[in-house]
Amino acid sequence: MSAFTLPFNRIGTADHARVGGKCASLGEMTQAGVAVPSGFAVTTDAYLAMLEGTGLRGEIEAQLEHTDFSDVASLERSAQAIQIRFRSHNLPAEVDAAIRSDYAAMGDDFPVAVRSSATAEDLPDASFAGQQDSYLWVVGADAVIAHVRDCWASLFTARAMNYREDHKLGQIDVLMSVAVQKMVNAQTAGVAMTIDPLNGDRTRIVIDASYGLGELVVSGIVTPDNFTVEKILMEIIDRKISDKHVELIPDVAAATTVEREVDAERRTAQCLTDAQVIAVAKLAKLLERQNKCPQDVEWAFDADLPDGEDLVALQSRPETVWSQKVAETPKAGFATGMMGMVGALNNPVGSKK
Amino acid sequence: MDAKTPMFPSAYDLKAPAGAEGWDELYPYYLKFQPSLREKEDQKFWFCDSQHWPNPFKPFDTMTVEFAVKCLGQYNTRHYLVPPANGVDYRIHNGYVYMSPIGVDPELIGDRVPQFMERAGHYFQNWPTLLENWHKKVKANIDEMEAIEFEKLPDVVPLEWVKDGVGLDNTTALTENYDRMIQLIYRTWQYHFEFLNLGYAAYLDFFGFMKEQFPTIPDQAIAKMVQGHDSDLFRPDDELKKLARLAVELGVADALKSGSVDEALAVVGAQENGAKWVAAWEEAKDPWFNYTTGNGFYSTDKYWNENLDIPLGYLRDYIVRVQAGETIERPMDALRSERDRITSEYQEMMTPEAAEAFQGKLGLARVVYPYVEDHNFYIEHWSMGVFWKKMRSLSKMLHEEGFWPTEDGMFYLNRNEVRDVIFDYGNAWATGGDWAGPTHWPQEIDRRRGIIDALATQAPQPALNNPPEVITEPFTIMLWGITSDSIKNWTGGDDDSSDLNGMAASPGAVEGLARVIRSPDLLSEIQQGEILVAPVTAPSWAPVFGKIQATVTDIGGMMSHAAIVCREYGLPAVTGTGTASSKIKTGDRIRVDGNTGKVTILS
Repeated sequence: MSAFTLPFNRIGTADHARVGGKCASLGEMTQAGVAVPSGFAVTTDAYLAMLEGTGLRGEIEAQLEHTDFSDVASLERSAQAIQIRFRSHNLPAEVDAAIRSDYAAMGDDFPVAVRSSATAEDLPDASFAGQQDSYLWVVGADAVIAHVRDCWASLFTARAMNYREDHKLGQIDVLMSVAVQKMVNAQTAGVAMTIDPLNGDRTRIVIDASYGLGELVVSGIVTPDNFTVEKILMEIIDRKISDKHVELIPDVAAATTVEREVDAERRTAQCLTDAQVIAVAKLAKLLERQNKCPQDVEWAFDADLPDGEDLVALQSRPETVWSQKVAETPKAGFATGMMGMVGALNNPVGSKK
Repeated sequence: MDAKTPMFPSAYDLKAPAGAEGWDELYPYYLKFQPSLREKEDQKFWFCDSQHWPNPFKPFDTMTVEFAVKCLGQYNTRHYLVPPANGVDYRIHNGYVYMSPIGVDPELIGDRVPQFMERAGHYFQNWPTLLENWHKKVKANIDEMEAIEFEKLPDVVPLEWVKDGVGLDNTTALTENYDRMIQLIYRTWQYHFEFLNLGYAAYLDFFGFMKEQFPTIPDQAIAKMVQGHDSDLFRPDDELKKLARLAVELGVADALKSGSVDEALAVVGAQENGAKWVAAWEEAKDPWFNYTTGNGFYSTDKYWNENLDIPLGYLRDYIVRVQAGETIERPMDALRSERDRITSEYQEMMTPEAAEAFQGKLGLARVVYPYVEDHNFYIEHWSMGVFWKKMRSLSKMLHEEGFWPTEDGMFYLNRNEVRDVIFDYGNAWATGGDWAGPTHWPQEIDRRRGIIDALATQAPQPALNNPPEVITEPFTIMLWGITSDSIKNWTGGDDDSSDLNGMAASPGAVEGLARVIRSPDLLSEIQQGEILVAPVTAPSWAPVFGKIQATVTDIGGMMSHAAIVCREYGLPAVTGTGTASSKIKTGDRIRVDGNTGKVTILS
């Protein structure tokens, strides 16, 4: 075992800085007994080895010297150039060997997702998300390695560079870890929030779900089915079934994913059974308990896994919008005892409209 | 809607069905919509209490609504001075009862607060000891009623009375006993409300607090936090379950399975362990078979101990299920641990200050809540059971003396007319002449029976006139489940929709075949796995709750008996749908969602 890779089930708290937010969360979930697709992190040590062992750092620094951040065209040119520099280098031999070895341990030509896992922990995750890449249905060690490198390179998109410039972050100081994870063969997938995003109601779990991989839900390309589950009673109290016209499914031959039209019968049917809705809600609630704050969970039902064990968590991160609002100034105290009762009688709750 | 068009009709425009002409003479003058008061009465909002009184009143049975609603009112108005609420006014129209809560002038509410705090506060502070005393008072009334017998007048006054110089005759005890029965049941109804209003008040405080903390919390989640105690209300059903298990254990189960009650008991008694089982059966009867299949408010209610075939029927069902290896006991441990889980999970979401207030309010709600369930056994079942038994024996005695052609004739008279009949009976007995009743009552009772049968052909209106902008009367909300929203359900909307909306009274969602039950006599029709659909249910239907998947009712709120029983039995329930029992037909496939309050007719 090298310092360059770390299986999810061995990621400890001390490792969080070198595996990035996503992998740290996958590690925590794995160790808490939550089913997540298996895999490993390519640590920031690997990224640093890439920068240092190939001369890439010098090349980037040189390019940055010629970059005028106020000029969109100049920034775009630099971004392109740096990304080309990344792809012009092979990975250092030790890093390459470590990734190949961990990947081989997953199985022969095992389909995986390769996702970036940023370390800029102090950044609001929401605004940083989506600026690094995620590659689905990657098969074969060469392709895995190429996409790990692509993830690293994605740190240097014009947008990401501009963001760092605006936030006074060193361009090379933000490190990147990469998650290599079993590709979920998602029958259905989506997100679950353990707080109602519309109003911050903590007694509710709100679930969006659609067919295939969850990317189309996250990106808003399909209008998902929407379920509201009462968190404590674990009962579905509201459901909106939508027309889910398209799904993202694997194209095994091409080792990629494709968007496919959903046939007429399925598109307007509820995509999860009620029992599955409750299973997702329980998973989200468990993750909220473990993390001690409201969570935003990506999940999927994996067709490769047996019934009842097929629900996996792909990601769990703290909900940021409502959680950061300090609870409204608490009331100046509660009427208790007989005064409470007088208040309740004078203003019975059903009378409030 | 046109502001001038009331949402519901005026009582004054509601005609009686054909054949019911003259119905108004059957009920006391003070319970009628007086023609001269139309303007005033039409200003008020009246809702029909078909939850407690689903069928038109026979004149005698009117007493139940009079005593109950009068006594409810006295505690709000005169005992505790509930700040915003006096009692509930009520009228009988076309045989059904309509209610209208009486609020307190807003300017006077403040003055009532200190008095309420002192008076109600005393009860809350001394709840257990006062409640212990309550049990003694209620039981003493029951014992006194049990001791009263209505005997035919003898040919002559007993010789000893003459020799002892008693100086009174046998009519004395007859009239006094009748009056005493009425007084005792009147007292019992006062006791009924001694604690109930306060129980609702404490629950309402807790309920309001939770809604303030968690505006979207389901009502049923709040209810679940206070339930899960061993309620006496479900004890009769629990006793049958124990007897079923015992029968299987003792090896006498098969002997119980056939024949009449007497036959089955004789066969069991003759078996080796049979005497032990029969002894257990006898022991369970007192008091737990003082249990009606109705709700205690009708002289026609059937009580288990006078109709042993009813509990035996349920017992036979339970035996079959025990023999099939089923668990028939209520999951009390599961209910309690579920209650504790729900309580602590909500509490975890509160600030420490809120959690402290929560503990206080929950604590009080849990102290008072058992009464809300338990009293029903002691009053509606036990006390009323004894009362009706005695009244039926009086009616039967007078029937045998020729006053009316059927045993139940007396119930077509009001309680004051019965007094007259008793005097008529004693009067003629004294004079040596003929009593007048037998020539007067048979045709009059016939006429009245015709009227009441005609009234029953027409369902009541859900309400009269216009509802207020918001319903504020606390007991109306808790007890009858009447809120501005529920009133909207009553107006029905489109009749073609296959959806019905009601109150999400007990959680869970299921699909199944509907069984519409309009009378407790038809309960035996229910098949395993069906969904019970009824205008209203009584707690005593509990023995069929082991068979069904869910319940839907036309009437009732969160604290209605259907809702309470379903939560205690862990079954989904939707209550207060308004029209489920007429829209849904037996055999329809329906989906009941006790989480959202929606019922869908699938096919």
